[in-house]
Parts: sequence; C-alpha cells; structure tokens
Amino acid sequence: MSPAVMIAQDSPRRMSAGLAIDAVSHAFGPEPVLSGLSVTLPAAQVGCLIGPSGCGKSTLLAMIGGLLRPDQGRVAHPFARPAFVFQDPCLLPWRDARGNIAFGLNALPMSRTECSARADRLLGTVGLTAEDGEKYPRELSGGMRQRVALARALAIEPDLLLLDEPFSALDVGLRRQMQALVRRLIDARGLTTVLVTHDLAEAVRMADRIVVLSPRPAHVAAQHDIGMPRAARDDGFVQAEVGRLLADPATAEALAVEGLS
Amino acid sequence: MIPLRTRLAQALDYVWGGWGAAASLLLLVALWEAGHEAYGTLVLPSPRETFAMLWRMTLDGRVWPAVVETGRNALAGFLGGVLVGGLLGALAGLSDMMRRLLAPVSTLMLGIPAIAWVVLSLLWFGGSGLAVVFTVLVTSAPVVFASAAEGVRSLDGALQRMARAFRVPRRVLVWDVYLPHMLSYLFPAVATALALSWKVAVMTELLSGAGGIGDGLATARVQVDTVKAMAWILVVVALLLAVEYLLLEPLRRHVLGWRRELPGAETRDPQGI
Repeated sequence: MSPAVMIAQDSPRRMSAGLAIDAVSHAFGPEPVLSGLSVTLPAAQVGCLIGPSGCGKSTLLAMIGGLLRPDQGRVAHPFARPAFVFQDPCLLPWRDARGNIAFGLNALPMSRTECSARADRLLGTVGLTAEDGEKYPRELSGGMRQRVALARALAIEPDLLLLDEPFSALDVGLRRQMQALVRRLIDARGLTTVLVTHDLAEAVRMADRIVVLSPRPAHVAAQHDIGMPRAARDDGFVQAEVGRLLADPATAEALAVEGLS
Repeated sequence: MIPLRTRLAQALDYVWGGWGAAASLLLLVALWEAGHEAYGTLVLPSPRETFAMLWRMTLDGRVWPAVVETGRNALAGFLGGVLVGGLLGALAGLSDMMRRLLAPVSTLMLGIPAIAWVVLSLLWFGGSGLAVVFTVLVTSAPVVFASAAEGVRSLDGALQRMARAFRVPRRVLVWDVYLPHMLSYLFPAVATALALSWKVAVMTELLSGAGGIGDGLATARVQVDTVKAMAWILVVVALLLAVEYLLLEPLRRHVLGWRRELPGAETRDPQGI
C-alpha cells in the first residue's frame, strides 16, 4: 500500500470488518468543519451522508478515502482499496473513454493487455458500447461521462466505494438511471459504499444507513437504518420513508437549513 | 496503442487532403500570372521567370546556405525564447507575486513592435547573427510566457485530486496528467512563436545585412531586381509552408487530437507582422 494512505488501520483481531469513524474533529484554518463526529458502518452496507451544503460531507469522505488526516479522532476501516466517484467526472480530456477507465489501473501491477481487457469489460458493465470507448470526454454526454467515471472506480476492483454526489449534476431521468445502475452493481458485488448526497429521496433509495449531518461544524444530527432490501424499494416506499424521516425533528431541522439557503 | 494500419490510413488521408491546398495555391499562381500580364516584369515578374531564377540561384549555391543561416538564427532565437518565456511563465504560474511582477512586463514586451527590437538589436549587436537571434528571442518569449503561466497555474486542480485519489504513481501523474495539460496550453503558443521566429529573422536580416534570406532580399532590392526578390520570397514562403504542414500540423494532430477542432483556432500572429 502506498505511503499516501493515512488511515489508521485496525489490527485484524479487533476489527469489526466495517467502517468506524470515532470522534473526528477537523478545521480548515480557524474554521471548524467537523466536531466530534462518530459513525459506524458494517461491511457490505451502503452508508449515506446527508446534510446541508458545505457541512463537511466531502471532507469526511476524503478522510475515509485516506486523502486527508483528521485533526482529532480516528477513521478506521479494513479496506485497502477505496475508489472515488466525484460530482464532476474528472476525466482526462486527452484520454479516450477506455483510457480513462484504465487510468486507476496504473497504480496496480497489471500488464497492458490485462488493463485494456478489463476496461473493455467495464464499458459493458456500465452500459457503454465499444465505440463509446474510443470517444474522448468532450464527445460524450454528461451521463456517459459519469458512467465512465463509475467504470474507472470499479476497474480497480475496490473494496470501498466512495461516491461524492455523483448524480447531482445529472438531470432527473439520468439520475434515476444511474442510481439504479449503481444500486445493481453495489448489490452484485457486496461493496461497502459511502454516498454523499443532499437529496433525501436518493438516500432512501440507495442506503442501508442514513447519517444526517448538522450544519457546519458538522456532527451527527440523526441516524436511520432502512431494513427493506434495495431492490424492493419502489417509489411509494421511498415517498413514505422520506415522510417518516422528516417527521423526526432532528432530521428535519438539519435538512431544513438547506431548504432555506 | 493505435494500430499501424490506422496510422497509415491517417497519414494517407492527411496527404490526400493536400489536394485542396494545392488547388488553392495554384489558383494564386494563376492570379499572379494574370497580374504579370497586366503590369509587366518590373512590377510583377511571371511565375515562370521567378521559378527559373530560383532554380538558377539554387544551382549557384546561394539559396541553401542562406536557408541554413536563417534557419540557424531563427531556431536559436526561438529555442531561447521558449526557454526564457517558459521558465519565467512557470515561475509566474507558481507564485502570485512573480505573476504580478512579470505579467505587465510580458504585456509590454508583446506590445513593442518587432521592428523596434530590430533597430535596438542592430545598435547593440551590429550586423551580426546575434542581432537576429536576440530579436527573435525577445519577440517569441512573451508569446510563450502567458501560456506557460496559465498552464502551470491550472495544474493543481480537480484532475490532480482525482489522480491522488486513485493513488497512481508519480510517473503516471507527470506523464498522463501534468504533461498533456501543459502541452495543451504550451503547444499553440510554441507553434505561434515558431512561425513568428522565421518572419522576424528574415526581417532582421534584411535590415542588418547579417546574411541569410533577408540579406538576399535586401540585395535584390538594391539592384531593383524584382525577379530575384520574388524568388527569395518564394524561398521564405516554401519554408513557412514546410514548417507548418510537415512539422506543426502533424504534431498538432498528434498532441491535441483529443480536441478535435482542427486546424488550430489559436491566433497565429499576435505581432501583426
């Protein structure tokens, strides 16, 4: 593992095989962003971080991915290979879709032929054609670009998938399509996933555990587990569940701030 | 990565595309001939005479040494300009203070007409090749400066964060992220500077008598020999076309192919020469 990883790794004996964020506080300069935030997530589950804009969700995700070390507290998990999908697809404009999908494989010991074979496979996995693979990002639509970004994340066969508002730049129809695709892929692979979003309906559709963050400096305002299997959550269920969650005063208060802003 | 056959097809396609260019050039030659018939040899020698003169000059061994001389001076000045402009631009991209210090200077240098630099360099270096190199250097450096600064300044962005998140090795970061990014900024500016350096070199030679193509032009002017002057102009034009279509355009296609907005939309001639 590269020395860039700054997550404290638990010894295998003690570890609960999931994600544990323990009393994490962090500040950018004088401004506190996270204050004493604790969250746990069992392995192979989808956790959803939801909260008002700028409350530190992305900061927390960067910590989970090992890109940022918290000032205080610890982030511990047994996962060795996290992969990110950002709100902006962040594709290399000078690489075609296939090259972009294979980009993360540069960090792994793999031959060129293996890399391109895997990139080809993933094109199909995310619903792109072989011709799409030849196209440069500027020739792809927004939804296709986000599919490429998703394929790039899945290509490294991650054990932890970190999604930073990956659907919010897409229009409603595309967003539902992508949510369904990601849901299927996560379920098929049993991937532990953390999804950052500001859309409660999206959280209800995707998550096993919804963690509601307060406005900055963020702490956990409320936490909800959803027992219903993801595949069985239809629109009616999502609507009812969103209503049920908003009936919780702590959740409603934390999310209402965003409504005003 | 690209199969050889595709490359070959692309190359053939490129050469075949040359027919259009050839047709437009021949049309120009036809107009030239018409002009000659209207105004006579003293004003506009016929294409036939001009090409014959060019052939004679080549056989006399006057053209090639001049081309080498001009090429050497232009290239030396161009490389110096890219180096100086690139380094100062990189500095300006790295530090805000340097940018504030250097950017106005660059704008000012860009604003000074090339001909003013010719006069200065003649006073400073006399009629030597150094005057040519210097003039080309100071006119091409500011062209590269701004692009280098912008390229370096925008390096540290979302793509770098992405590359860090995927933990790619440093080699990949430099080769796949930094280098293409810098090229996309630098290439248009460097291409402009190269095209510019030829023209400035010829102009300086003409005024300094330092040898090279410009000197040949100056001699033709003194002798009021329009045929010879046209022949030298042909040499300059042929060189410009060769640099553009045999060197820059294929490179541009290779380096910036992902942009798919060819040929270059960049400004070719910021000096207005």
